[in-house]
Amino acid sequence: MKTLILRTASNYMLPLLLVFSVFILLRGHYLPGGGFVGGLIASIAFVLHAFANGLGDTRKLLKFHPGFLMPAGLSVAFLSGISPIIFTGEPLMTGIWYPDSLPIVGNLGSALFFDIGVYLVVLGVTLTIIFSISESA
Amino acid sequence: MEVLLAIIVGTLYAAGIYMILRRSLVKLIIGIILLGNGANLLIFLLGRIAKGAPPIIPGDSKVFLEAYSDPLPQALILTAIVISFGLQSFAIVLVKRAHKVVKTDDLDEMNATDEYS
Amino acid sequence: MLTAILSGFIFSIFLVFAGKFFKGKLAVLSSLVPLALFIYFLSFIPQVANGEVIRQSHEWVPSLGLNLDFALDGLSLLFSLLITGIGFLVFAYTAAYLKGHDYLDRFYGYLGMFMGAMLGLVLSDNLLSMFIFWELTSISSFFLIGFNNTSEASRKSAVLALAITGSGGFLLLAGALLLGGVAGTYSISEMVGLSDTIIQSEYYVWIVILIFGAAFTKSAQFPFHFWLPGAMKAPTPVSTYLHSATMVKAGIYLLLRFTPVLGGEDIWNTTLITVGGITMFYAAVHTLFRTDLKGVLAYSTISVLGILVFLIGLGTQYALTAAAVYIIVHALYKATLFLVTGIIDHETGTRDVTRLAGLRKVMLPVAIAGFLAALSSAGMPPFVGFVGKDLVYESTLQMGSWSVVLTAVAIATNILVLYAGFVAGIKPFTGKLPEGFSKVHLPGFLMWLPPVILAVLGLIVGIFPSFIDGPLVKPVVDAVGMDGSAVQLKLWHGFNLVLGLSALTLAVGFLLYFFFKPSKNKERKIARYDFMAPITLITGFGDSFTRFSNWWTRIFQNGFLRNYVSTIILFLVVLVGYSLFTDHDGIPIDFSSFSRMTYYEMIIMGIMFLAIIFVVGARSRLTAVVAMGVVGYAICLMFVIYSAPDLAMTQFSIDTLTVILFVLVLSSLPKYLSISDYKMKAIDGVLSISFGILITLVALEVLGEPVDKEISNYYADNAYILAKGKNVVNVILVDFRGVDTFMEIAVLTIAAIGVFSLLKLRLRRDDRELKD
Repeated sequence: MKTLILRTASNYMLPLLLVFSVFILLRGHYLPGGGFVGGLIASIAFVLHAFANGLGDTRKLLKFHPGFLMPAGLSVAFLSGISPIIFTGEPLMTGIWYPDSLPIVGNLGSALFFDIGVYLVVLGVTLTIIFSISESA
Repeated sequence: MEVLLAIIVGTLYAAGIYMILRRSLVKLIIGIILLGNGANLLIFLLGRIAKGAPPIIPGDSKVFLEAYSDPLPQALILTAIVISFGLQSFAIVLVKRAHKVVKTDDLDEMNATDEYS
Repeated sequence: MLTAILSGFIFSIFLVFAGKFFKGKLAVLSSLVPLALFIYFLSFIPQVANGEVIRQSHEWVPSLGLNLDFALDGLSLLFSLLITGIGFLVFAYTAAYLKGHDYLDRFYGYLGMFMGAMLGLVLSDNLLSMFIFWELTSISSFFLIGFNNTSEASRKSAVLALAITGSGGFLLLAGALLLGGVAGTYSISEMVGLSDTIIQSEYYVWIVILIFGAAFTKSAQFPFHFWLPGAMKAPTPVSTYLHSATMVKAGIYLLLRFTPVLGGEDIWNTTLITVGGITMFYAAVHTLFRTDLKGVLAYSTISVLGILVFLIGLGTQYALTAAAVYIIVHALYKATLFLVTGIIDHETGTRDVTRLAGLRKVMLPVAIAGFLAALSSAGMPPFVGFVGKDLVYESTLQMGSWSVVLTAVAIATNILVLYAGFVAGIKPFTGKLPEGFSKVHLPGFLMWLPPVILAVLGLIVGIFPSFIDGPLVKPVVDAVGMDGSAVQLKLWHGFNLVLGLSALTLAVGFLLYFFFKPSKNKERKIARYDFMAPITLITGFGDSFTRFSNWWTRIFQNGFLRNYVSTIILFLVVLVGYSLFTDHDGIPIDFSSFSRMTYYEMIIMGIMFLAIIFVVGARSRLTAVVAMGVVGYAICLMFVIYSAPDLAMTQFSIDTLTVILFVLVLSSLPKYLSISDYKMKAIDGVLSISFGILITLVALEVLGEPVDKEISNYYADNAYILAKGKNVVNVILVDFRGVDTFMEIAVLTIAAIGVFSLLKLRLRRDDRELKD
C-alpha cells in the first residue's frame, strides 16, 4: 500500500491528526471528546502513517517503543489522582483547579491531567498491540 | 424505535451465539465481537434513548435546562468499547498462537488440556 | 481459661518455628505444657466440688451470637483433667516412643492442637464455639491418624475417619443452629433453663436426631463405629489419647451436656438405650475375632462407649453416676492397655496376639501395669473397675420390666470386655517366651512409667473410692441435672444380687479367657460376613457417589466449548423464558414510537440487519470482517442519532482499528472453516435465535418498567457545580468515577502486555521449531 499519494498525504495527515487528537482531548471536559477518543484518534494517525510508509519509518519517527507510553500515562493519571492528598489534604480524586479560565481547555485542573494520562495509556496500548501484531504477521 | 432497537440487539446476540457455537476459531472471535456490540447496545437501550439531547450542559448555564439523555450508561459503554478492543486483540493473538501450537482450527480438537503445555 | 485453651494452639504454632530443637532429647520437655494445665485444673477441684461454676466470657462475633464463653463445672472439669492428665503421660511417652522420628515436632504440633481444641470443646458454654472446637478435634484427629502418610492404609483410614466425624460435625452445626433458633440463645447454660420450651417445640425431634448424629459419629456408635478400628493405624500414643481416652468421648460429653436440656423424653432414652445396647454387645462380640492387639482394644473401646451411651439412655441417678465413674475407670485402664500394647509393639515389632507370650520375663514393670489394668477392666475387686461395674448392674436392675434384658446384655458385654482386657493385658505376658523374643528388653522408664502410674491409680482409686466420689463424680452428676450426693461410691456393698452378678461375670469371663483362644482362623471366618458390615455399605455408598460425580463431570465438563455455551444458553432460555411466560401480562410495546421514526433511522437499522446476516453467512474471512465493520459503523451512526456523541467517536475509532487489526492478521489466521453439518447448524440456529428473541423480550419488558435515574441525575446536576465540566460523560469518567477509569486503563495495559508477550515469548524449543 506504499502508493505515492497515500504516503504524501499521510505525511501531512499525521501532524494534523495529532493536533486534532490533542484538541479533542483538551476540549473533552466541555464538549464531546476526551482522553479515550483522543488517544484512539492519535493511534489511528500513527497506524495510517505506518500503512503508508512502513512500520520501520513510523518507529523511527516515534523514536521510542510505544509501550513506554503505558507506564507514563498510568503514572500521570495516578499522580493526578493523588495530587489532592498531597496538595490540599483532601481525599483521593478530589478535583483541584487553577482559578483562571483558558481557551479551549476551560478551567485547568487535576481532571485534565487524569485525562492526559488516559490519552497516553490508550495511545500506548493501541500502538503496542497493532505494532507487535503487524510485526509478527 | 425502541422496539426495532430491541430486535437489533436480539439479532446481534443471536448472531454472536451462533458464531461462537461454530467450531472455527476465527468465527469464535467474530462471535465475541458481535456479542460485545450487542451488550453495549443493550445497555444503551435500557438507559432509555432520546434524540437530539446529548448529555452536555449547554452554553453558559451551570445545570441542564432541558431534557438530556442518560450519561451514566454512556460512560459505561465508552470504557466497554475500548476494553473490548483490548479483549479482541488478545483473543486474536491467542487464536494465532493456539493455531500454531495445536495445528488445528477445530475447537472440538482443543478439548484436552494435558497434551499441550 | 482462654489462655489454658490457647496454650495448646500456641504450643503447636511455636513448634512450627522451634520444632527442630524439640526433636532430640528436649522432646520430653513438651510434656510440661499438659502438666502445667493439669495442675491448673486440679486447683479448681475444691471450688467445683462446692457447686461453683467458674465462668469467663470473651466477645468474638457478637452479631452472630458467637462468643467465647467458657464455663467450668463438674463435667467440664472431669474431662479437662482427663485431657491434660492423660495428655501429660502421653506427651512424655511419645518422646520415647517416637524417639528420633523425623517428624516428631509435627506430631507434637498436632497433639498440642488437639489438646487445645478438646479443652475448648469441653469448656465452651457457647454452642457455636463448641462446634468450632469440635471440628478442630476432627481435623487434628485426621492429621494424627494419617501421620504415617507414606502408608496408603493410614491415609485411607484418616480420610474415612474425617468423613464420618466431619459429617457428624455438620449435623452438630445444623442441630446447634436449630437449637439456637428455638431457644433464642447459643449459651448452653441458658438453654438448661429453657428446657421445657425446647422440648415442646416442633423441632425437638429434629434437634435430638441431629445431636444424636453428631454424638454417635464422634463416639463411634453402631452403625458408625467402623472408623475407630481404622483409626488405630495411628501411632499408639494417638490411639491412647484421642481414640480411647478423650476425643471419642466428646460424643459422650455432648450427650451428658445436653441431658438436662433435651433429656427425659422417651425418644431420647429409648434411642440411646437401643443404640448403646447394640453397640456395646456388637463390638464386644467382635473382640473375640481379632488377633491384632489394637484391634481388640479398639472394639472393646467401642463397646465401652456403647455402655456409656446406654447408661446415659437409662438416665437415672444411678446410671449417670455409673457413667461418670465409668469414664474415669475406662480412661485409667484402657489408656494403660494401649500404652502397654504400644510398648510391646515397639519392642517386639508385632501386635499379633497369637505370637505374643511370656514377655513378663523381659519387661516386668510393663507386665505389672498390664495385669493391673486387665483386672480393673475385668471389674475385680478392689479395682476401680469393680466400683464402675457394680453401678452399671445396679442401674440396669432398677429399670423395672426391662431390667432382666438390660442386665443380661450388660453382663454379656462385661464378660466380653473382661476377655478383651485379659487378652491385651495378660496374655502377652504369660506362658513361655518364644525364641525370637529372647533379645527383647525393657524400654526406658519414660515409656513404662506412664502405664504403671495409670494402672496403680486404678488400684488406689478402687480401694479408696472417696478420692473421686466427692471431688469428681458428684459435681458431674450435679452438672447433668441430678442430685450427686444421692449415690455413695463404695467398694463393698455387702452380699446382694449385684455382687452375685459380678461374681458370675468374673467366673464366666475367666472360663471364656481360658478356653477361647484368639486365632487367625476365627478372624478369617468372621471376615466372610464383611459384605453386610456397615463399613462395606457406607464405603460402598461413598464409592458409588464418587462414580456418579465422575460420570456427571464427564458429561458436563467435557472440554467442548460449544457444549458449555449451549448448555448455559439453553438453561437461560428455558428458565428466563419460563418465568417470562408464566407471569407476563403482555409485552408493553410503545407503538407510537414507530411514528417518530425517521427514514434514515430505518435505513441504518436495515443496513445493520443485513450486515449481521452477512457476517453470519459469509464464506470468507474478508467478507465477514468487512460486514462486521459495517455493523460497527452502523452502531456508531445510532450513537450519533440517539445523542451520544462521545460514544459515536469512540465506536468509530475502535471500529476502524479493529478492521485494521483484522486486515493485518488475516493472512496468518487460520482458514475459515465450515465444519458443522446442516443438522448441527439447524440446532444451533434454533438455539441462538431463541436466545436472541429472549433478549429482545427481556429488553422490551425492562423498557416497560419505570426507571430510576437518581444517580444519573446526581451526576448531571453536579457536573459543573462540583467538577467544573459540562460534558457529563467525560466528567463521570475522569472525575466522579475516576478510580474506575484508572482501573480500566490498567486493564488495557495488561491486555497490551499480554498481546506483546504472547507474540514475543518463545517458551520452549519445540515451540521455536514450530515457528520455523
